[in-house]
Amino acid sequence: MSTQSPDTQTESETDPQAERLERKEERAEEAASSATETAEDTVELKVFRYDPEIADKQEPRFDTFHVPRKQGMTVLDALMHARDHFDSSLTFRHSCRQAVCGSDALFINGSQRLGCQTQIQDLNNSDTVRVEPLPHADVVKDLVVEMEHFYDQMESVEPYFSPNEEPEGEQLQSRENREKIKMSTRCIWCGACMSSCNIAAGDNEYLGPAAINKAYRFYFDDREGDDRQQERLEIIEQEHGVWRCQTQFSCTTVCPKDIPLTEHIQELKREAVKSNLKFW
Amino acid sequence: MYEHDVLVVGAGGAGLRAAIAAHEEGADVALVTKLHPVRSHTGAAEGGINAALRNGDSWQDHAYDTMKGSDYLGDAPAVETLAQDAPENVIQLENWGMPFSREDDGRVSQRPFGGLSFPRTTYAGAETGHHLLHTLYEQVVKRGIEVYDEWYVTNLAVTDEDDPNERSCHGIVGYDVQTGELAGFHANDGVILATGGMGQVFDHTTNAVANTGDGVAMAYRAGVPMEDMEFIQFHPTTLPSTGVLISEGVRGEGGILYNTEGERFMFEYGYATNDGELASRDVVARAELTEVNEGRGFEDEYVMLDMRHLGEERILDRLENILHLAEDFEGVDGLEEPMPVKPGHHYAMGGIETNEHGQTCIDGLYAVGECACVSVHGGNRLGGNALPELIVFGKRAGSHAAGRDFGEPKIQTGKPANPELEDIDTTASLGTVGDDEAAADGGLAAADPETVVNAAVEREDDRITRLLEKDEGTQHAEIRSDIQKTMTANVNVFREEDALEETLHDIRDARERYEDVYVADKSRTFNTDLQHTLETRNILDIAEALTMGALARDEFRGAHWRKEHQERKDDEWLKHTMVSWNDGEPELWYRPVILDGENKTYEPKERSY
Repeated sequence: MSTQSPDTQTESETDPQAERLERKEERAEEAASSATETAEDTVELKVFRYDPEIADKQEPRFDTFHVPRKQGMTVLDALMHARDHFDSSLTFRHSCRQAVCGSDALFINGSQRLGCQTQIQDLNNSDTVRVEPLPHADVVKDLVVEMEHFYDQMESVEPYFSPNEEPEGEQLQSRENREKIKMSTRCIWCGACMSSCNIAAGDNEYLGPAAINKAYRFYFDDREGDDRQQERLEIIEQEHGVWRCQTQFSCTTVCPKDIPLTEHIQELKREAVKSNLKFW
Repeated sequence: MYEHDVLVVGAGGAGLRAAIAAHEEGADVALVTKLHPVRSHTGAAEGGINAALRNGDSWQDHAYDTMKGSDYLGDAPAVETLAQDAPENVIQLENWGMPFSREDDGRVSQRPFGGLSFPRTTYAGAETGHHLLHTLYEQVVKRGIEVYDEWYVTNLAVTDEDDPNERSCHGIVGYDVQTGELAGFHANDGVILATGGMGQVFDHTTNAVANTGDGVAMAYRAGVPMEDMEFIQFHPTTLPSTGVLISEGVRGEGGILYNTEGERFMFEYGYATNDGELASRDVVARAELTEVNEGRGFEDEYVMLDMRHLGEERILDRLENILHLAEDFEGVDGLEEPMPVKPGHHYAMGGIETNEHGQTCIDGLYAVGECACVSVHGGNRLGGNALPELIVFGKRAGSHAAGRDFGEPKIQTGKPANPELEDIDTTASLGTVGDDEAAADGGLAAADPETVVNAAVEREDDRITRLLEKDEGTQHAEIRSDIQKTMTANVNVFREEDALEETLHDIRDARERYEDVYVADKSRTFNTDLQHTLETRNILDIAEALTMGALARDEFRGAHWRKEHQERKDDEWLKHTMVSWNDGEPELWYRPVILDGENKTYEPKERSY
């Protein structure tokens, strides 16, 4: 076997392991003493609470938790600490804690962010963190909102690859074309953009930034044929489609995957105009 | 009661692929998942999918690399099926629109990965899993396959013959997380478990919080053996503070590892003189920890992974996602600085015993993906081999459950009449505490399917009502955290007999405390407290089987390193560790590994890199 076990080293006067252990102990002591000194160093977490079934939570309110501050602590870490140590009924969605499952989009200190991706020390006021459910969605309980409407909008743009004919073998795609759609394929369906959009808030039928971005992802994929492209244009050109967007950029600002959503919507508007000019 | 032909539990890569295959076979299929499908952990896979697509490569080479990587604990029929079916499955994904990275000529790109004799890892940036998951979900939407999202499956509905090999699975019990409704789901043709990993058994893991091994534990309690549970892959490059994964793609593209002395230790200290950073994952993980243990680690904890020399253009083209992860979760700019990395729990090679059609020993019950052990990964999984497993075996299980005939399986399942038994000598008594219930103890041998499902629902209703009615006791979070800590301390990359024994004591202790567990949240609406309490039970059963296997296997094979046993013992240990739930007492037995492939026998050789 090509590996060494850690205990095969020979003892010598400058045994690195002994030195290491010594250093480790010193650090542990340091940490312990600083822990006592900063026992008061907590983050004040103000969390929205609501449960339709539990009498004293039927009236929405904020609960405050004092969570011990740690280096590199995220809002999700703080919520989990509060739940696991103070109140196990505190409810929120989360899973991957690495910004890819999209389940912990929350309203944190007044903007839509992923809890797992938000370092508390990076927030403007990092002493008090206010966590609310995503605005413009029905609250199921505490920080959990109803996502059905968001999913419905995503599905209304026919979000699946549908070439004119079944390809035989590997299809080719240029690097440029792949690059063209790259950012649009990064959407994790977190719903932050939809929640931040004033237009979506006022018009329940508006497709919204995520769904339009999904349409963009297929519209510009060269592997789908021209006919299909035309059909996709019809979907996004509908009354509650791209023309509703008023380029306020709020979706682009909050997108945790840095997708240039507003730009994508504008590009599809241009495509729609070009296509109409052709008919004219 | 809900009714479908095929029920798929879990909607990650394997579950979605199985559902599509069953649907294409004409079955009425539904997915039942505790998350929404796009939240599944497949989305976090980064590196890529191995498939022999090009001239100069062959499925035979892929199979050989996989057998060698497995340290000869993979079963050849499964490994060969994986290698043979992978190319068409990868092209199928491409045909469904998956945005693979591309070569100049427009073909899908492939790159080198650890332990591969050919650069056969197809990828989509460093976010291959995200694109795989979304592409498959899109096809599920296209087909109108029914999805019960945020439904937590708490148990299986299985008949209660004495011999698990004679039992049948007729459905599942689902708990609607949003409303608290408990309902039976009756499957006419089959239930496919695709519940993914069990990383929450450890506290430093790349796995999602949802990966609690529910499917493995449910199948185990219903009578299906767990196979090779001691083989856990520790990924060499995870971020120290969170366990977030840094893809092997970084090393595949030429990233280098170094210690505090600035030495490229993979070469300097002879861990892998030929392949260096691209040696197999177990080799690199041990090398890193050895460096740390010998005082050449940063902060006594990690080593450095450097990709700066690859240049901004290449990094942005192929590893852009890594820059975001390093920045978001470690505050490091990968273009300017090296990244701190250390080994972390990543993948379970073992799981629910199945054959190459995805079948378990219980009629009508299938398992695929990480929750299953078919076994293709044996003692150590090669990077890039998890995703092809999902689609190859997901597709096969879906088709088989929906009625396609694949012929006689080459891999046997279920406990034979005279297995090689081992009575391991542990100082802690094992298994259940109190009057515990298994999935198959309803006393309903050969009852009609709906009665079996209804009885299972009733049992689960009792269990949940008990948990909710109890007013005080222990909370699951404390038990879960203790198990995670003891597993990480003692059943990690390096394993010693005393520490394994200690862990069995800790698990026993946790079992006793779990007897007194209660749920503080009394609401039926989105009660995650209840859900996590049920999950914690699954974590306990899995941790125990894993530790037992690790204690029994007194050799060094693949990812399983034992301090007192520093050699691979082929005479004794070319066999799978099996653990069966025998009326609440875990029973350990063995099944020989199958080294005979289609046209050749894979002769064990020393692994060198």
